[in-house]
Amino acid sequence: MKPIYMDNNATTACDPAVVEAMLPFFTEQFGNASSIHSFGAQVGKALKTARGQVQSLLGAAHDSEIVFTSCGTESDSTAILSALKAYPERRTIITTVVEHPAILTLCEHLEKDGYVVHRLRVDKKGRIDLDEYKSLLDDRVAIVSAMWANNETGTLFPIEDMAELAHAKGILFHTDAVQAVGKLPIDLKNTKIDMLSLSGHKLHAPKGIGVLYVRRNTRFRPLLRGGHQERGRRAGTENSASIVGLGVACDLAQQHMEAENTTVKRLRDKLERGILAKVKNAFVNGDRLLRLPNTASIAFEYVEGEGILLLLNKLGIAASSGSACTSGSLEPSHVMRAMGIPYTAAHGTIRFSLSRYNTEEEVGRVIAAVPPIIAQLRKLSPYWDGDGPVANPEQAFAPAYA
Amino acid sequence: MWDYSEKVREHFFNPRNSGPLDNANGVGDVGSIKCGDALRLMLKVNPESEVIEDAHFQTFGCGSAIASSSALTEIIKGKTLDDALKVSNQDIADYLDGLPPEKMHCSVMGREALQAAVANYRGEVWSDDHEEGDLVCKCFAIDAVMIEETIRDNSLKTMEDVTNYTKAGGGCSACHEKIEDILIAVNGRLYSNGPKVKKAPKESPVKPQLTNYQRIRKIEDTLEAIRPMLQRDHGDVSLIEVDGKKIYVALSGACQGCQMEAATLGGIQHKLVEALGELVQVLPVAAMANH
Repeated sequence: MKPIYMDNNATTACDPAVVEAMLPFFTEQFGNASSIHSFGAQVGKALKTARGQVQSLLGAAHDSEIVFTSCGTESDSTAILSALKAYPERRTIITTVVEHPAILTLCEHLEKDGYVVHRLRVDKKGRIDLDEYKSLLDDRVAIVSAMWANNETGTLFPIEDMAELAHAKGILFHTDAVQAVGKLPIDLKNTKIDMLSLSGHKLHAPKGIGVLYVRRNTRFRPLLRGGHQERGRRAGTENSASIVGLGVACDLAQQHMEAENTTVKRLRDKLERGILAKVKNAFVNGDRLLRLPNTASIAFEYVEGEGILLLLNKLGIAASSGSACTSGSLEPSHVMRAMGIPYTAAHGTIRFSLSRYNTEEEVGRVIAAVPPIIAQLRKLSPYWDGDGPVANPEQAFAPAYA
Repeated sequence: MWDYSEKVREHFFNPRNSGPLDNANGVGDVGSIKCGDALRLMLKVNPESEVIEDAHFQTFGCGSAIASSSALTEIIKGKTLDDALKVSNQDIADYLDGLPPEKMHCSVMGREALQAAVANYRGEVWSDDHEEGDLVCKCFAIDAVMIEETIRDNSLKTMEDVTNYTKAGGGCSACHEKIEDILIAVNGRLYSNGPKVKKAPKESPVKPQLTNYQRIRKIEDTLEAIRPMLQRDHGDVSLIEVDGKKIYVALSGACQGCQMEAATLGGIQHKLVEALGELVQVLPVAAMANH
């Protein structure tokens, strides 16, 4: 049976049209865009087209606001480190507890260098408290960085409002939008967002290409210095094939934006309803009203995520877990913990993230596959007894070390 | 995903002896919901002979935790309690053809459940002082708590000290930043013998070649310096043959057949390359037959 891919928040398949557009840039269009001869000039033109395509998807005012990078992580690092360099007297960063490691690990590292990092907490649906946020905005803050959509739950932050608030206080605002771009309509020129990161491989472009949007007149200090590429804001010969691919992917994302928010959303909702109707002691994580249309994060209590994934994989179904064991640490996902999801459920959380390539039939197959897998693992679990959890699971099974 | 052995997969997909055991007379509960691992081991022990007649488990945990539990029950069935207690976590891992270093704690949990269940049968109380931190050194599976305690107990100062005492950082060296952070956390500062700034040796146009005798002596001296580290883990190494760039060694004791064998050989090779100033290959003695 054809395998089912529902892990699109991890990475997506390259669209065939993207691959096709890229191929000439590995062969006859090999020139360096900086060269004056015809080999280079044609590549230069293609880059300009791609830049325009990205600009259009983001609703940016100018194509010169688009800086191509190697990935989302590079964009994130560039944004934060640039702000710290540009405003050396400001030593504080505001971010959230549920960011991607691309932000959190960098911030931890910066703390060692004496920077102050405020991490906004979230409630049990993964929402921040805007009053807490407002109270932290002062002239010691160099930059605010908050993700537009959470990769594990799909929960959206009120990024446009947050950017307005930061702007009013004269503070730079960056958003890691790698999960949002291509899934939500974005119109940057009508926001106060100063910088935005996106990653090609999350929207059916290849891996190894990212973008940092930098609003015109934003004080900026490059991470990589060298040649004049990207107007001196990101040195290094352009990854022309991938840039062209990303341009096409942005075009396609714009064309499918409506389908993403209707068809894909309907499939996601059907998947959630179908599973929850058949599996008890399971619930959806995150803010169900305000989240990405493609993401379903479902917690299955009293079982562990890796076991679920291995059994799903055996049936050709690819999903992912926020659980610890797959990431090599013992603690469950920092996002689940931040939302106060009990350990018994956080460890059993599975993320299904759909794309426009998923079909009705696939959703049906996953709905059929999940309940027996959960039942099979619960049969092994000391927290489960026959038809339901043991009474007072935490007391009934209290292991010797905790 | 993890690179699980066929055996691990097989025991996960078809776990043996799972579910509650009626009339169990020894039960051990270990693990922690926080860590995502929890195991209940149930034994039916013959009171006359103290032979484990049946063993079942219930596990909340990842694939390798379930496989380790399954393997444990298979290993101990039919053994007397005393013999069963001789089963080490390495035995469980070996039974499964090895576990990834990050997952070795699954086999440790199995061994602890066994101790707890036997204690329960004998009417004793089993308590565990084992604490596990984040995995720092992936080559030798050494966690943060172990490193921190060893630094404290032995007043260790440098990266090199840590490697000598715990092996952590002796392999690929990618974890050195983390280990230095722990050193700073414990000591308040980093005593640097950091990247060794050796005085540039006077470049002689032709590198002085070691004689064969000197070279082998050097290899022996280097191995001699490594041995105490291995012996602490009940292993050992001896030099068998030097054939040009190929150095054959025999690992013995706990090193032999250990799933970390490749990592250990890698560590030895690294030291020898450093000592000899040339690229050499360290091979297990078994590889000699192939040449």
